Amino acid sequence: MIELKVNGIKRQVDVVPEMPLLWVLRDELGITSAKYGCGVAQCGACTVHIDGKAVRSCQAHIGEVAGKSVVTLEGLHNKDQNPVLQAWIAHQVPQCGYCQTGQIMQAISLLASIPKPTDEQINQVMSGNLCRCGTYPRIRAAIHAAAANKMAEK
Amino acid sequence: MGDMQTLSRRAFVFGSAAVAGGIVFGAYGPAEAAAPSADGNPLAAGLGPNSVTFNPWVEISPDKITLIAQHADIGQGVGSVQPIMIAEEMDLDPGQFEVRFAGPSPAYFNTGFKEELAPFLAADQSPAAEAARAAALESLRKSGLQMTGGSSTIPDTYEKLRVAGAVARETLKAAAAKRSGVAIADIRTQSGHVILPDGSKIPYVSLAAEAARIPPVLDAQPRDPSTWRMLGKPMTRLDVRAKVMGELQFGIDQKMEGMLYASVKLNPGKGQPLKSYDASKARAMPGVKKILEIKNGVAVIATNSWYAMKAVDAIACEWAPSAYPAEQADHWKVLESSFKPEFLGKEWRTIGDVEAGLKRGKLVEAEYRAPYVAHQPLEPLNGVGLVTDKGLEIWVGHQSPQAVQAIAANAIGLKPEQVIFHNQWTGGSFGHRLEFENVRVLAEIADQMRGTPIKLVFSREEDFLQDIPRQIAIARHRGSVANGKIVATDLQLASTAPFKGLLERMGAPSKDPDPQLAAGTWNVYYDIPNFRAISYEAQGLSPCTTWRSVGASTAGFFTESFIDELIHAAGLDPMKARIAMCNVPHYRKLLETVAEMSTWKGPLGNGRGRGVAFVESFGTPVAEVVEVTATDRGIRIDKVWVAVDVGKVIDPVNFENQVQGGVVWGLGHAINCEITYSKGAAQQTNYNHHEAMRIHQCPVIEVRGLENDPKVRGLGEPPVPPAAPALANAIFAATGKRIREMPFNKFIDFV
Repeated sequence: MIELKVNGIKRQVDVVPEMPLLWVLRDELGITSAKYGCGVAQCGACTVHIDGKAVRSCQAHIGEVAGKSVVTLEGLHNKDQNPVLQAWIAHQVPQCGYCQTGQIMQAISLLASIPKPTDEQINQVMSGNLCRCGTYPRIRAAIHAAAANKMAEK
Repeated sequence: MGDMQTLSRRAFVFGSAAVAGGIVFGAYGPAEAAAPSADGNPLAAGLGPNSVTFNPWVEISPDKITLIAQHADIGQGVGSVQPIMIAEEMDLDPGQFEVRFAGPSPAYFNTGFKEELAPFLAADQSPAAEAARAAALESLRKSGLQMTGGSSTIPDTYEKLRVAGAVARETLKAAAAKRSGVAIADIRTQSGHVILPDGSKIPYVSLAAEAARIPPVLDAQPRDPSTWRMLGKPMTRLDVRAKVMGELQFGIDQKMEGMLYASVKLNPGKGQPLKSYDASKARAMPGVKKILEIKNGVAVIATNSWYAMKAVDAIACEWAPSAYPAEQADHWKVLESSFKPEFLGKEWRTIGDVEAGLKRGKLVEAEYRAPYVAHQPLEPLNGVGLVTDKGLEIWVGHQSPQAVQAIAANAIGLKPEQVIFHNQWTGGSFGHRLEFENVRVLAEIADQMRGTPIKLVFSREEDFLQDIPRQIAIARHRGSVANGKIVATDLQLASTAPFKGLLERMGAPSKDPDPQLAAGTWNVYYDIPNFRAISYEAQGLSPCTTWRSVGASTAGFFTESFIDELIHAAGLDPMKARIAMCNVPHYRKLLETVAEMSTWKGPLGNGRGRGVAFVESFGTPVAEVVEVTATDRGIRIDKVWVAVDVGKVIDPVNFENQVQGGVVWGLGHAINCEITYSKGAAQQTNYNHHEAMRIHQCPVIEVRGLENDPKVRGLGEPPVPPAAPALANAIFAATGKRIREMPFNKFIDFV
């Protein structure tokens, strides 16, 4: 049994330690916001937070995640007031939406370290998150809007 | 070239696609027998007590209102705009109804295909063209063909869903009139309620039983667009919040009690069988429950998708060789030798005397190439299936519900009506979910695992390997210019046939020339006195299928790049020359609009360049300008301006998002994507080999929608084709380098 904390709740799973966190979340725990897109850290659809940092869950072996705190989009606090989620809705970013949970988790992490990113900084941090529908103009706009809202709150 | 009447009127797809329904879905009975049920309502059978359905799109029970989305949502937003078209007329607000995807039924036949199936140019509104479209509509009605594709959702549903909503509204009013004794004329509706003159409100749901007992008001008329509350105005897509909150369940997220997980390894020589395999290593791996042999490969059943993928990867397989050349170089050789009479698809259009015209003035010749490209929506192919004594129940996101039934049934010896299909929200398609590999394979696996629900997920690598790609093509174009004008243009291309391939896999092979090989080649709207457009169909190459914008995705690049070469050879400005040559007034307006948006003033200099392209595809004309800068790190795409005419913009925010996405799709794949074969298998098996556009390459994309077209047009695909030629033309303007082959990064670096 491997024990980890997901969205604030202690969970135990009986899988091999090599299993990526992504598949523990999806198939063992039924937490589906983290998506399988590529399995090799090329698309970012599986992005979650481990101990506060954005991580590709397809690359994090569950054996190494044991004892750590995992937060998926489902587990974000106060979702209705979250400036990133609000901006994503206001700008109607999603088309198919499959990559967007990963985009959002990456954007939250970006804004936590750079509260008011430039386009160049957005490009650097978000370029690992693929969107096949091509919502990049809206992702950029939503991040700027979320940054502005966050600043206004402070 | 302005004389539309001179165009060929011989039916092309017409024959093949229209009967496709009859042949593929023949198990229901011949096409004629299916016709009467096209007027039937498939919702009637499943209706609960005290409930009503007025038509195949509206269902009201005592506790809820359900609106049916007949077209599959593949990210393009039709899971939202279809019900909103009904809700607009019913005076329903978002949140007052549920949305359900349609099951298979001829009642949902796609009327929108009539535009593409009639052998006339989109801009041709002559009585003969309209008569052909009317005839195409009748063929479609008979076929009962229900399919999402060809940018047809809005053209198909714009009238019928608003009428469906109007019928529901007027019938609910009639029921309220009967109950209250008030004249219908004094009754109105608002926000899910019938409002009586005294101000009292009756919720629609409480009228369901009474509405079921009166005849529906079939002559109800949809309202004038000037009265719209939601349509045509910025509105929020119904699926946006659920997608942002991570609450929307895609097909891949479905879970069932007792479910096991499957993954597959199939012959990478697409369509060929398995010869032998050794699963001894896989059998001993963790989580593995069972190893299955299926028609063209092996499957692992496990307790978790990852266990299944790891184990299937460990199975050693020996495959029958591919039916197409093993090596990519030989694919190109076959194409090169296909410009011969025996491979003629069709001479689609001839004006004047091309050979004589080519002898006048300066001759320009160029060869263009476009490779195979994969679809690769981010949600890989998947599905959940359960086989019991009754048949197969299948949960999968797909654009052809009846074909899912037919293919799955055929795979395991069932009748199509024994397959119960539940469509799913999908993480993109781009044409991928018109094909059937996951459906067929899932049916086979579920059949061997009777009684156990099976979730099949393709690994990304397997999805790439089994992706039936976009057509590969070579164009050999010739033209001549004299006295500052284009005298002649001879457009010839050799290509694999994507639409015929799809029809064949659907069980309706066609002998007609593939009409998608005319798209982007014959529909040129410039005043060129001598013009010819010819397609050749290469034989024996990789199977190919429809890829967002299909034929025009390659031919649009060839034609609009070559026209640009002729314009430069004539010493003209690319924008001014196109405006001067364009012979359809509202298409010309698009070019003028995009010139104005970009403040086009000719060459920019200093390593900067702009290119323009105009392509009509699926009836929708689109003009794009791309601006680039040649930097020391390569070409940087700075900005794109797009003008689109869809006749009526129904969902403005999504309209902009779709156009921007189409431009990103067109640019990204033109820059860096191709599928090549070696040993019969695709060599690119993940996104690092087939990346398309990422955010750091994405330019600012300014969009304007015009509403001058006499018809309401679709938008999913048409923004794609002009993107690649506009970029190539911009690179030429900036660097003097003419790129005639995709992907462009084989010839020039990009930032």
